[in-house]
Amino acid sequence: MGNKQTTFTDEQLEAFQDCTFFTRKEILRLHGRYRELAPHLVPLDYTNNPDIRVPLTLITSMPELKENPFRDRIVETFSEDGQGNLSFNDFVDMFSALCETSPRELKTIYAFKIYDFNRDNFICKVDLEKMLNKLTKGELTPEEVTLVCDKAVEEADLDGDSKLSFADFENMVSKAPDFLSSGST
Amino acid sequence: MRSSRSVAHSVSLKVDSCQMDSDYENLGGCEPGQVFLLQYSGGPAAGCPDTLELCEVREGTATSQHVRDETPGEEQISSLRRNHWSAATLKVLSAMPSRTAGKSSAAVISRRSRPQRHRTSPRDSSQPPRPIQDDFSEADVGEASTEGAAGNNFWFTGNKKEQLVSNLRGLSASEAMRKLRALPFCLADKMELRRLAFSDVATGSLISRNVPCYSFLSVYISRTWRHCLFSCHSVLGSLHLWQLSTKRLGGRFGTGVVSYFLFLRMLLRLNLLLLVTNGLFVVVPQAIHPPPLRDSHLDNFIGLNLLTGTGYLSQSVMFYGYYTNTTVTACQAALSTARSNGGSPDLPVRDNDRCQTVPYNIPAAYFYTTAIAFFITCIILVYSISKSFGRSFHVLKSNRNLAVKVFCTWDFKLSKKTSVRFQSEKISIQLKELLSEMISGDERKSCLQGLGHLVVNLLTWAVCLVGITLGATGVHFLSETTIRRGAVRETELLLLSAAVSGVNLLLPGLFNLCVWVEKHDSPSVYVYVSIFRNLLLKISIVGVLCFRWLGRVAVEPESRDLKCWESFVGQELYRLLLMDFIFTVLYTFLGEFLWRLFSKQVLKRNRKPVFDIARNVLELIYGQTLTWLGVLFSPPLPVVQIIKLLLLFYLKKSSLIANCQGPGQPWRASQMTTLFSTLLFFPSFVSAAVSIAYTLWTIKPSSGCGPFRTLTTMFHSGKLWAQELENAHPVLSWLSWVYNSLVENPVFLFLATGVFLRGRTKGSSSPNCKPSVNNSIWFPLIDE
Repeated sequence: MGNKQTTFTDEQLEAFQDCTFFTRKEILRLHGRYRELAPHLVPLDYTNNPDIRVPLTLITSMPELKENPFRDRIVETFSEDGQGNLSFNDFVDMFSALCETSPRELKTIYAFKIYDFNRDNFICKVDLEKMLNKLTKGELTPEEVTLVCDKAVEEADLDGDSKLSFADFENMVSKAPDFLSSGST
Repeated sequence: MRSSRSVAHSVSLKVDSCQMDSDYENLGGCEPGQVFLLQYSGGPAAGCPDTLELCEVREGTATSQHVRDETPGEEQISSLRRNHWSAATLKVLSAMPSRTAGKSSAAVISRRSRPQRHRTSPRDSSQPPRPIQDDFSEADVGEASTEGAAGNNFWFTGNKKEQLVSNLRGLSASEAMRKLRALPFCLADKMELRRLAFSDVATGSLISRNVPCYSFLSVYISRTWRHCLFSCHSVLGSLHLWQLSTKRLGGRFGTGVVSYFLFLRMLLRLNLLLLVTNGLFVVVPQAIHPPPLRDSHLDNFIGLNLLTGTGYLSQSVMFYGYYTNTTVTACQAALSTARSNGGSPDLPVRDNDRCQTVPYNIPAAYFYTTAIAFFITCIILVYSISKSFGRSFHVLKSNRNLAVKVFCTWDFKLSKKTSVRFQSEKISIQLKELLSEMISGDERKSCLQGLGHLVVNLLTWAVCLVGITLGATGVHFLSETTIRRGAVRETELLLLSAAVSGVNLLLPGLFNLCVWVEKHDSPSVYVYVSIFRNLLLKISIVGVLCFRWLGRVAVEPESRDLKCWESFVGQELYRLLLMDFIFTVLYTFLGEFLWRLFSKQVLKRNRKPVFDIARNVLELIYGQTLTWLGVLFSPPLPVVQIIKLLLLFYLKKSSLIANCQGPGQPWRASQMTTLFSTLLFFPSFVSAAVSIAYTLWTIKPSSGCGPFRTLTTMFHSGKLWAQELENAHPVLSWLSWVYNSLVENPVFLFLATGVFLRGRTKGSSSPNCKPSVNNSIWFPLIDE
């Protein structure tokens, strides 16, 4: 390729390639994006794996995430400290897990993590309500929200503990039919 | 150059309207916002929703079977800590509850086999491990797991790491890479795994080791192909008419309103088809050879003619009377002989002997074009009904969609603020619709209330039926009066059409009032009742009109001094369509815009009028029925309908956005689409087809004008032409035999059609929803 870059060693890039769904160039681009978020913080030279973390607020200012209602949860899920401060590895991991080529199972796992607001490994009604409020941005009345949450849990809960474990979640998601366009010819 | 990836990759968290990909070479060219649109493939065109499936399929080992676990692991989290796994990994792992750990490393989730549909089937006995995937076994989810359902069984333990490593070693490079990437661990841990598993085996990336040289070419080709595809995609997208508008409307007002606009679009396409066939085969040949006889005092064009269709227009290509019963010929030789001579192509060929005439029999063309156009339309309609019926059948079957709607509808690709807002609104509306359906069955009523309800219903029905009868009788009376009176002034011709449109405008208002009084429980009952009443009205009006034309005018044309009754009928239909449109515009302006102003300023209410879907849809169907009826008498009539539909779309859209609110009780459109298509087919198309068939088969065409002037019925033209053809080319006698058996025994035709459609219906109503959820959690197809 002949691209002389000094950000990563070749071994590092190969490791990235093998462990994520990205190529070398994409990794370098990602590094560029990561650096853009906090240029004074993130060094250009990553050959010795510096332990730098970009805070949550900067990550969620990225255009891809800015308007996403779940941006905080997404970033928190992939952060090592749980507070949303991402190292470069976490950053790459996040985009790799969310890319289109990442397998459904992986996305299911992370979706479950993201929707689990209180991190108790279950999606309980409180989590669902928070999620629904973020999703609908206050369009539904509180009674409707409660009703939807009750019914959703009722539908998806298989083991009867009135909260969704990962098994319930995965089962429910796997049943999702094609969301068919209504009437489009 | 390392274009050595043999798998398709794409990263996208992107602006939803941007569909471009960037080349491997010009990555720098993208603006920062699009840096994640990197998409190239090493394989066949991997379009977005299928990317994942293609990945799996091409890797060959994709359809991994469920490998049942044999021994559950029950080790504790402390052993995890021993190995210094990072906190993130621990968190993720700890969220893998109630799965029986595999005999080795159940942390890895292998792909489920695609054809597997029975998610809740009891666990099978474990299959013999297969050499490639066995080591990464997977606990099956969604089944009644017998090993503890609590969420805190940790299924990944310390010494599993060694097992993971050894398993990775045992795989081929591409498989190992795939597994490694799919691990739900943090990146650092994956890198460590990789280091442990592969450090002693080979250096360098796993990927570069096993890609043969010859795949470079295929990679290059497929990349170029994808480029072309994406650049065409944006062009094709813009051709898909009104897609963006309908999506916006759906986001704001709900799927019910959108179904109206989609229905309008379907009608537009049907009319385009009619126009193209009629134009090509009937209008253009005749227009090239205009008829000789013209009534010269009708040559002045005045504005009113556009409205009434008489005068200048009556002799134009617009109406039946223009068409002759001749066989026109086209001289085909001019160009070909010039070319063969090698001389200049502008040498005029005056040698008539060399003129190869292509005879074109206008009456036969007229007849066959009409018949075939109707036949094709019939097929299209039935096909679309079967398709939408299949869909709504699906939706009806799985009424446990609330959870799925909550979890799976968010489109994570959206990053524009307005799109996000629309998507939120849309999801809210859909949830409300689902909720309203679910809770509507929960209420009970007392006996007295039920009785009162019944009485009210009977009253309103009586009122509606009386209204319909009065309307129809009025139209009939007016029609009889105009028939008896003979020649009329031009403005009086408009009276009947205006009366019909007036009735069509006012009575649905009455129906709305009745529905408001009735106060039904379920919102869909409102709609069905409304639709039914509107339908009755339209049927009676069209019935009265058909009787007028086919029962009175056609049979006794002398009573009205008509030389050409078909043109007269064509003109009436033209007037009806125009008046309908004018009245719709007036209603939209007065009924919606002014009413909103009035209620805001005078009544001081902030409620906007509701968009009445039932009424609007039935008006569309009514207009289309008139068009179908009129195609025989006025071949270019679909032009009028097309223009009307185009204008109507924009009119209704702006009126909707400015003046109306969505339906107060949201109701679901999936069944409505089927209903609309069915209504379009069954009362509307079938009645038009039956009337046309009756005209073609039974009624005597007028002897002074038109392409069928010397025949006893219009149908004879087809027969005569077939006869001529047989005489000229005896070889084609088998064709006439086919024609005779098809047409004279229409049963045969219907049988064939029935068989074809049965096959279609079967295919579409079977549950063919592939479990292609693949990206739908993160990148779902937006529910349109």
